[in-house]
Formats: sequence, C-alpha cells, structure tokens
Amino acid sequence: MILDDFMVRATLAAIGTALAAAPLGCFVVWRRMAYFGDATAHAAILGVALSLALSLPIFAGALVVALIMATTVALLSGRGYAMDTLLGVLAHSALAFGLVAVSFLTTVRIDLMSYLFGDILAVDRTDLGIIWGGAALVIALIAWRWSALLTSTLSPDLARAAGIDPRREQLVLTFALAVVVAVAIKVVGVLLITAMLIIPAATARTFSRTPEAMAVIAAGTGIAAALGGLRLSYDFDTPTGPTIVCVVAVFFCAASIFAALREVVSRRGGAPAD
Amino acid sequence: MTALIETAGLTVRYGGATVLDRVDLSIERGEIVTIVGPNGSGKSTLLRSLLGGVAPSRGTIRRAPGLRIGYVPQRLVLDPTLPITVMRFLGLPRKVPSEARVAALEAAGVPGIGERQMSALSGGQFQRVMLARAILEKPDLLILDEATAGLDQIGAAAFYQRIEGLRTETGCAILMVSHDLHVVMSASDRVICLNGHVCCEGTPEVVAEAPVYRALFGEGTKGTFALYRHKHDHEHDHVAGDACSHGPAKALSAADPHAGRQSEAAE
Repeated sequence: MILDDFMVRATLAAIGTALAAAPLGCFVVWRRMAYFGDATAHAAILGVALSLALSLPIFAGALVVALIMATTVALLSGRGYAMDTLLGVLAHSALAFGLVAVSFLTTVRIDLMSYLFGDILAVDRTDLGIIWGGAALVIALIAWRWSALLTSTLSPDLARAAGIDPRREQLVLTFALAVVVAVAIKVVGVLLITAMLIIPAATARTFSRTPEAMAVIAAGTGIAAALGGLRLSYDFDTPTGPTIVCVVAVFFCAASIFAALREVVSRRGGAPAD
Repeated sequence: MTALIETAGLTVRYGGATVLDRVDLSIERGEIVTIVGPNGSGKSTLLRSLLGGVAPSRGTIRRAPGLRIGYVPQRLVLDPTLPITVMRFLGLPRKVPSEARVAALEAAGVPGIGERQMSALSGGQFQRVMLARAILEKPDLLILDEATAGLDQIGAAAFYQRIEGLRTETGCAILMVSHDLHVVMSASDRVICLNGHVCCEGTPEVVAEAPVYRALFGEGTKGTFALYRHKHDHEHDHVAGDACSHGPAKALSAADPHAGRQSEAAE
C-alpha cells in the first residue's frame, strides 16, 4: 500500500497543511492577526502537555487549548486593549507555561523538539486522517463564509450595513485558526505554524489582483514550499519543518525582489505619461 | 406612514461620557435627511448605531422588517496587503451580474475603471465606487458618512446631485452626515442639528435660522448658504423632473426651531 511509505505520508501531510493554511493565512495577513496566530499556536503546547498528562490524543488537547486562547483573544480585541502588547504577553507566556508544564511530565519521555518544530516524518495514518479532515473542514468553512469574511475584513461597518455580523465572522476565523494550529503541530510544530500561515500569503500578494487569486496562489506557494522543503530535508538530512519554512521564506524574498524590480520598470515606463 | 428606521430615546455612552443623549429620529421613505453638527457631536456614532455597530446604552432602534441599507463610509482605508479590483469590490458581499456592475460604475460617473485596483483610485473615484456599490445593494435607505470628504466643491456638488437623482429614480431615503454645510443643506428635505442631543430640526431654512444652529456654526454660514442654494437651483434646471422639493414655497416657520419634532412622539 502506498501509504506505507513514510515519505508519501509526509508529503500528503505537508500538502494538507499547506492547503488549509493558505486561505486562512490570507485573512491573517489582511486583518493583521500575525500575533494572534502566534498566541494561538503557542498555547497549543500547553494543550500538548495537558494531553500527555491525561493520556488524550495530542490533537484534541491542542485543539481545545488553542480554541480557548483564540476565543479569549478575539473577545478581548473588541474591548480596546493595546492589542499588540496584550498579544505579545499572551503568546509568549502561553509558550513559557506550556514548556514548564511539559517539564513536569516526568512519567512520559517526550521529545519536546518534535512539538516545537514538527515531526512530519513520523506522521502515521491516523495523523494523516486528522490533518486532511481538519484541512477539509477549514477550507469548507472559509469557502462557505468567504464573501461575508471578506466584507467584514474590508470594513466592519460595511458588513453590518449588508446584514453581516462581523463578530460572528471573527469567530469563524478564530475557530479555523485553532483547527489549523492543531493539525499543523505534527507538520511544522507550534513555533513555525504562523510562518506557514503568513509567508505563503505574503508571497502571493505580489502576484494577485483579487482576494481569490491571492488565496489560490498562496495555496500553490505553500504546497511548492512543502514539497521542496521535504525533498531538501531528505537530501541534506535537515529538520523538515524548519526546512519547509526556509523554502517558503526564499520564495517570499524572490517575490519581493520581483515586485521591487517591477515597480522600477513600471515607473520608468510610466514616466513620460505623467 | 411607517418609518424605515426609528430611534426613541437613543442614548450611547462611552466610558463616562454621554455621546448621544436621548436622540429621537425617524426616517421615512423618499426623504433626504442631513445631520449636521460640530466635531465630536456624535454624528458618526449615531450612524454607526443605526447600522448596528454601536449598542445603545438606553433607548431603542427600530428598523422596518427587511430594510436594505446602503452605506458609504467616510474614506475607507483598505489594507495594502489586500488586493481587490473595483469589479470584485462591487460584487461584495452579494454576487451582482457584471453588466450591472459596469452600469453602476457608469451611473456613478466613473466608467471604465473596473479592472483597476481599489488602492490605485483617487479620493473622488474611490467615493464614487463606494456609492456605486451602495446603489447596487438596491437600498431602501442610503447612509452616507461625510462621503464627500476629500472631494473638491464641484465634485461634491456633482456627488450630491447624483444622490438626489437616485432618490427620484428609486424612492429610497437618504441619511447623510456632512461638513459641507451649504451644499448638503440645500439638497436636504430635513436637517437635524446634532450636538450630543438634537439641538434643532426642520427644513434647511428653519435650521439655518435657528439660534442654536447659529450659535454652533456662526452667522457667516447664512450668506454662503443662500449662494449655494441659488447655484444649486440653477444647475437643477438642467435635470429633468425633480424640482418639487426645492422651490421657495416651503413653509418658513423660523420662529419655531423645533418644528417637525412632535411627529416622533406617536409610535
């Protein structure tokens, strides 16, 4: 059976994660929620500790704690706190508490690195099912709410005038974010999840004229990075999660240079018209 | 006649400050109502509470069932990371046939810019696109929040003329906030002067004569107001039909600045 090959499982896991992260990542970029993603992802390590202590599936624990953190942040954000600072506090204290909590678990020997940076080569069939199930859920949710999400992102008042409740849409994103975090732990780990959300979307921005195009190009970028990173980590025996993020970061740099060059060219070309 | 939207005793507090104090407001189909008031008088808060973005601390807001609202915000700032063409923007949140979107751009006076990025538009083009989008919603009530901020006087006059034409064509009601006192007031059926509470209310003539209005905006406005009014009438002759609401025949009950307020008492 083809799924017996760990490389095949790793490839499928990486593609599933990239597909789910890309459209959500666009909203994270548009709404400037990068720190929000960090806080949610870092909280998941606390969920990992909890799952291990209670012998629950890692996925379940991570999802629940990520969901609690994401909802807390979403509710606080409507109340006029200095969000930047607050999210910085939450993101890093969640990580610190999570790491301390894991250290108490003397009964189970765990490889902390695999939760911080992912362990995609160890993905088994159950994990694969969870990753693809979660990815399908997130993609379906975002596709269903797409117009309402987009309108609320452009302007909450514009959304309200059209009968859309921006807070409900915010909760949709919050839930999707928690699911992506939970499914991506195995693939890139809690520290690099935000990278898989933001960098493909930021790369896609250069080549997009519509929001839909940006989501699709981001998905393509994420998948290409996942495949490239997997291959490189195999060839050079490097940690896979970080390698994937390195590849997508290189894509981003290339896109940024391309955008800068295009700007120069169009300015030079457009000069006589002014 | 039932109101499209109606507030009774609407009070909004932020922290300790009372931004809106027992505002009674009612808008009927086909009316053009303008809210004027100095900075910080609660104009935008009032609009946002009508849209549902600000919860009243006290009082009620009642909307007619199935009310469709078109909204043109004060200069919307789009995040530069969000690419969106004018055509795509016009189809949000509801899908609209592309011919209708093209026609709406034409009607708003900005034909042929459908493929441009929203971020690449000038201030005037942007506001016209916002208006086109609001019209595509086929609103019963069109709400404009300082929609002409950033337009020059000619641009603003053309904008308001378009809005008036819209009222004539579709019979929708229009509620707007503006700093362009003269232009806006000349185009309105009713003016509400707001300063936390409703200071005075009535036809433009009534409000312009009201002592509270003069205390807020000074005597100087009156002269320019008359000038604009004249200009406006002049321009209006070129437009077919709708001259009814602008003749000098309107009742001038300047003695009573609160004329027209009693109607809200009955529910």
